[in-house]
Amino acid sequence: MNGFDRNAVGESLPLLLEGFRVTLLATVLGTLVAAVLGLVVAVAGRAPSRFVTVPVRAVTEFVRSTPLLVQLVGAAALFNTVEPLYIGIAVLGVHYAAYTSEVYRAGIDGVPKGQWEACRALSLSPRRTWQAVILPQAVRNVLPALGNYAISMFKETPFLAVITVQEMVFEARKYGADHFAYTEVFTLAGLVFLVASYPTSLLMRKLEKRLGH
Amino acid sequence: MSDFFSLLAEEFPRVRSGLWVTLQATVLGALLAGALAFALGLTAGSGVLLVRGASRVVVEFFRGTSLYIQLFWLYYAMPLVTGYELTPVICGVVAFGLNFGAYGAEVVRGAINSVPRGQYEAAIALNLGPARRLWRVILPQAWVQMIPSFTNLLIQLLKATPLLWLISAADLMTVVQQLRDRTGETLTAYLTLLAAYFVLAYALTLLMNLLERSAKRRLGLDTGARSLFRSRSASATAVGGAR
Repeated sequence: MNGFDRNAVGESLPLLLEGFRVTLLATVLGTLVAAVLGLVVAVAGRAPSRFVTVPVRAVTEFVRSTPLLVQLVGAAALFNTVEPLYIGIAVLGVHYAAYTSEVYRAGIDGVPKGQWEACRALSLSPRRTWQAVILPQAVRNVLPALGNYAISMFKETPFLAVITVQEMVFEARKYGADHFAYTEVFTLAGLVFLVASYPTSLLMRKLEKRLGH
Repeated sequence: MSDFFSLLAEEFPRVRSGLWVTLQATVLGALLAGALAFALGLTAGSGVLLVRGASRVVVEFFRGTSLYIQLFWLYYAMPLVTGYELTPVICGVVAFGLNFGAYGAEVVRGAINSVPRGQYEAAIALNLGPARRLWRVILPQAWVQMIPSFTNLLIQLLKATPLLWLISAADLMTVVQQLRDRTGETLTAYLTLLAAYFVLAYALTLLMNLLERSAKRRLGLDTGARSLFRSRSASATAVGGAR
C-alpha cells in the first residue's frame, strides 16, 4: 500500500461522520456536566466551614493533577455494567469540572467586595445573595473560559474510543484495521477536528475581546 | 488489597522501568515542546508576513487536530506513507513535543507582548541591537510571565503520557494494568496509578516553582519560601483553557 487511496476516503467518511455525532454528543453533555458541577464546586469552596472547603480543594486538586485516560479506564473497569457513553460523559464532566470550578472561582473573586457588603447591609439571605447578586455578575465573565474548555474537551473525546464508545476515532480505528488504511482515516479524522475546532476557537477569541479580557 | 501491593513489590523492577518510560517521554517531550514554543512564539512576532503566517499555520494546525490523532497518525499512518517507523516512545515524544510546543508558542507570544512598550523604547534609545534587546531586556521579563503557564502545560503533558499505553510502549500505566489483571484488584490498582501521577505532577510543580523563584530573583522580585510549595491551581486561574 502506498500513497493515498481516494476510495478509502469516500468509503470511510460517512462512518467517520456518524462517529462524529457521538463525539459532539459527548462534548455537549460533558460540557453541561462540567459547567453545572464546576459551579457547585466553586460555591462549595466558599463555604464558611473548613470541613467543606479543605476536602473540596483536595479533591479538585487530585482530579486535575491526574490523567483523564486513567480516570476513564479505571471508571469503565469499576462500573463495567454501565453504558460506556454514560461513563465517558460523567468522567469528562467531572474532570473538567475541576478546571471550570477554578474559572468560576476567579469570576466570583472578581465581583467587588462592596457587592457582598451591600447584600449584608440589605440583610439578604446567603441564597438570595448568590442568586440575585453574585452569580449574575460572576457568570458573565466566565463564559469565554468555559467555551475554551469545551473546545479542549472536544479534542479529548477520542479517549472515549478506549472504553469502546463508538465515536469518530473508534470508527477510524475500526476502518483502519479492517482495510489497513490508517493513513486516510486518521488524516481525515484530524481534518474533521481542525475544521470543527478552529472556527469555534476564533469565535471564542472574539467573544473574549468583546467582554474585555 | 495486600495481593496487589505484594505483587507490586515483587515486580518492582518492571514498575520502575515503566516509570522510567513515562518520565523519559515527559522530559524529552517537554524539551522538544519548549524548543518549538520559543521558535514558533518568536517567529509569530516577526515583521515578515510569510514567517509570521507560517508560524501561525503550524500553531493552529497542531492545536486544532487533537493530540490523540497526531499520535496515532505518527504511529499507524506514517510508516505506511514514508516507510519509516518510529519506536513507540519516540512517537510519543514527537507527538507531545509538537502538540504542546504549539500551545507553548501562544504562551511565549503572549508573554512577549505583555512586556511594557516602554521597555522596547528604552532598549532602542540605549542603542541595543535586536538580539541584545531580546536577550537582555525583553526575554528575562517575559520569562517570568511564561513559567506559570509552562508549568500548566508540563502537567498536561505528564497527564497525556498514558496514551503511550495505546501504542504499546511499556509505560507506567501499562505495567500497573498488567498487575491489575493478575490480581483482579481494579480499585486498588487504579487508585495507586492515579496517586503515582499525582505525586509526579506535584514534584514537577515544585521544580517549576523553584525555576520561577530564581527567574523572579534575577528581576529583583523576591517571593518568599512559601510560594515554593504552592500548587499549580493557585496560579492557574488566568490560563482558562490552556489547552
